[in-house]
Amino acid sequence: MAGNTINVTLKVWRQADKNAKGAFASYNAKSISTDASFLEMIDVVNTGLEKEDKEPIVFDHDCREGICGMCGAVVNGVAHGPQSATTLCQLHMRKFSDGDTIVLEPWRASAFPVIKDLAVDRSSFDRIIEAGGYISVKTGQAPDAHAVVVPKVKSDAAMDAASCIGCGACVAACPNASASLFTAAKITQFAKLPQGDPERRSRVVAMVDQMDHEGFGSCSKHYECEAACPKEIKVENITNMNREYMRTLVTRD
Amino acid sequence: MLDAKVPDGPMAEKWTRHKFNMKLVNPANKRKFSVIVVGTGLAGASAAASLSEMGYKVKSFCFQDSPRRAHSIAAQGGINAAKNYPNDGDSVHRLFYDTVKGGDYRSREANVHRLAEVSVNIIDQCVAQGVPFAREYGGYLDNRSFGGAQVSRTFYARGQTGQQLLLGAYSALMKESANGNVDLYTRREMLDLIVVDGRAVGIVVRNLISGKIESHTADAVILATGGYGNVFYLSTNAMGSNVTAAWRAHRRGAYFANPCYTQIHPTCIPVHGDFQSKLTLMSESLRNDGRIWVPRKQGDTRRASEIPEEERNYYLEEKYPSFGNLVPRDVASRNAKEWCDKGFGVGSTGTAVYLDFRDAIKRDGEDTIREKYGNLFDMYERIVDDNPYQMPMMIYPAVHYTMGGLWVDYNLMSNLDGLHVLGEANFSDHGANRLGASALMQGLADGYFVIPYTLGDYIAKAGPAGIGVDHPEVKAVEEQVKARIDRLVNSKGSKTVDEYHRELGLIMWNKCGMARNESDLKEALEEIPELRAEFHENMNVTGSPGNFNQVLERAGRVSDFFEFAETMVRDALERSESCGGHFREESQTDEGEALRKDDTFCHVSAWEYKGPDKEPALHKEPLNFEEVALTQRSYK
Ligand SMILES: Cc1cc2nc3c(=O)[nH]c(=O)nc-3n(C[C@H](O)[C@H](O)[C@H](O)COP(=O)(O)OP(=O)(O)OC[C@H]3O[C@@H](n4cnc5c(N)ncnc54)[C@H](O)[C@@H]3O)c2cc1C
Ligand code: FES
Repeated sequence: MAGNTINVTLKVWRQADKNAKGAFASYNAKSISTDASFLEMIDVVNTGLEKEDKEPIVFDHDCREGICGMCGAVVNGVAHGPQSATTLCQLHMRKFSDGDTIVLEPWRASAFPVIKDLAVDRSSFDRIIEAGGYISVKTGQAPDAHAVVVPKVKSDAAMDAASCIGCGACVAACPNASASLFTAAKITQFAKLPQGDPERRSRVVAMVDQMDHEGFGSCSKHYECEAACPKEIKVENITNMNREYMRTLVTRD
Repeated sequence: MLDAKVPDGPMAEKWTRHKFNMKLVNPANKRKFSVIVVGTGLAGASAAASLSEMGYKVKSFCFQDSPRRAHSIAAQGGINAAKNYPNDGDSVHRLFYDTVKGGDYRSREANVHRLAEVSVNIIDQCVAQGVPFAREYGGYLDNRSFGGAQVSRTFYARGQTGQQLLLGAYSALMKESANGNVDLYTRREMLDLIVVDGRAVGIVVRNLISGKIESHTADAVILATGGYGNVFYLSTNAMGSNVTAAWRAHRRGAYFANPCYTQIHPTCIPVHGDFQSKLTLMSESLRNDGRIWVPRKQGDTRRASEIPEEERNYYLEEKYPSFGNLVPRDVASRNAKEWCDKGFGVGSTGTAVYLDFRDAIKRDGEDTIREKYGNLFDMYERIVDDNPYQMPMMIYPAVHYTMGGLWVDYNLMSNLDGLHVLGEANFSDHGANRLGASALMQGLADGYFVIPYTLGDYIAKAGPAGIGVDHPEVKAVEEQVKARIDRLVNSKGSKTVDEYHRELGLIMWNKCGMARNESDLKEALEEIPELRAEFHENMNVTGSPGNFNQVLERAGRVSDFFEFAETMVRDALERSESCGGHFREESQTDEGEALRKDDTFCHVSAWEYKGPDKEPALHKEPLNFEEVALTQRSYK
């Protein structure tokens, strides 16, 4: 553990509300411990602002453990910042150097309108799930958990896909602001499992349609999403989603 | 006297009989009834989805931007169930027994038995939803032993069990939302409960984006708003976790039970600076292979690797030969504190002990350890910048879970008619100490398999509430909420809300934390009201109430923590015995272990709010143990 401190300059996107015109503002973050997390660095800046009776920078966050998917911002052009497989809340200031300037922006996508400063509205993701990201089983209907065996490889593959935290970094990183990685991960999770089979076709069609309807772009295989994903969700999921979609066109029930 | 409404009959038949005796709501009538569910964690999401499936009209609330982000998402280790798939001697009775004993005989037997009974259905339900639990090569579910349990009854999904269970419940909720039977209200914070003629009929919320105050009424209200661990400021809880919903219900008449029962988890990453905003848990499963030690020499500053074997004190293994590093959480935590208090702690602050994998790596190889704990080791390295494959981890206990909560009867209804409380927000099943992997179990038991029955019984008997949002009482509560917000916003002092929260947290940690005594608790009772008065005078809330204002959100939560903290300390003072997570220094055995006083304290302490600056009144629910004989816990 180092225990050093650094000074950095923040250039942060400030926007009063959805309809306001935003702009960058500059702040000095002084004597920041390199052991502090990135969000703790913003806390320090915000404390300074509150002391001057100025409104602190609004940003979403909750667990600060890299699992709730609430945090996220574009740091120097990179979603969630420079460390791979790491959410913004798990990024630490030791990844920066004394004197750095850090540019901080919200996710940019028409389907993620800015609410205030760095906070965006990601309810479009909920609506994609609502379109079909579930298995229609009611409480009480389930047979014994061992009634259906699931091969370990399939179950592990489903788990890989299910690790998505729904943060939206994939959309922010994509030049087309596509939500393909997010949508594909959920489709793949259920496609790998026997429990997901009965609704396999309707699910992929409904979720892909909803994704388009929300105004997300389409995937043109830049694969920036995979690089930005803090949970290392693979682009193979997108290939898989496309295959699932094609299946519904060429075969019938 | 508090009536827990525990049904008659033998323990193992109570729930079945009770279900048969309940009144039912005709299927066609269910849609005429509406239910408010606050919280979308395991408890709230499972309840909202299940009730909607049955036909009730449901309104679901959370303060995050999506129901999927509730704090349940962060649970790592696993969920218990008495499936006995490994054929190693587990049963409903054993899970029941372990939970009652683990809770140090301060929980209600009948509730715990029901929990153990329905635990098996939870796993079935989750698998059917597509929750990818870990499996063996044959395709069957894998189980592990957790937190020192003598059987392997814990189901898990890598280190992300809470995430997968919550995404399962969330998907069920979204399915119902798609059907149009659940209305979702995200980014809403419940700020008050509406009670008309003794019946809970609605809530007042603040829209966190627009700042608008909104009221919602229904035929019943369910709170599933999680625990209050953030009263300590630093905890493993998410930043937004709060006591506001529960506290506001308490102020409207709901009793608060056993607030002093808090769980301090032994394996967390130690505090390392003033800027620190939260603490990170390292899963308990690490204690299966890691060995805990401190140097034998006080203030030893050598690196761990330079300290020879004979100068290492594996204090848990020495003191508890049969359980060793796997003693329950409260015991492990207290021992770590003792050694650090005596000056044997390690790290720059001296408040840490080692959790060492050297021997496990030597025995099983680095690959095996990586396979088991890789993601946890990575997380540790990301935060601490040290490689745990080479250097032992440094850990220290941190606040993790709150066993106390709003008082509920067997039907999970509080003493206020119509107000039901589920999950960590209630007090019901864990007594004075919770076993690992049983909070997830309880949350889902409450939501999927208990409330769908008991709420129906309530509705069938109580009938419609018939209160609309223009009812004068609703308007009156709204006005009170607005006045409170105005008071907060008009506070233009010189310190930040967080500074006060941190100070409150320190009082609580130092005086009502891992070990408590009369004089500290009395001091805390003096200090908290003083600091609270200063907080209201001198904090600064920036911005206005009419828009997205995170400082105002925090100010409201901290303000409620201040009021709640006093009741919590009072409860700790009143209970002059040690039990589970509540260790009173005055009440210990000759060997320094927790000493219960069953003659005086075998009861639930339920506090009634009596008004601002008035002492709350204590009500006792006696605990009777029919099935499990009361014994002092021993882990020697
Ligand atoms: C790091 C960590 C690891 C854990 N690991 C395990 C484990 O391995 N096994 C285990 O069994 N348990 C574990 N636990 C405990 C367990 O996760 C929790 O006790 C449980 O998930 C709580 O679920 P809940 O549904 O009661 O509440 P939560 O999941 O906390 O949900 C609370 C909900 O209420 C809402 N809410 C709160 N206040 C308000 C308000 N005022 N207005 C509107 N909405 C509000 C929130 O938005 C949220 O939706 C762990 C806990 C932590 C902190
Ligand atoms: S705050 Fe939860 S993932 Fe970052």
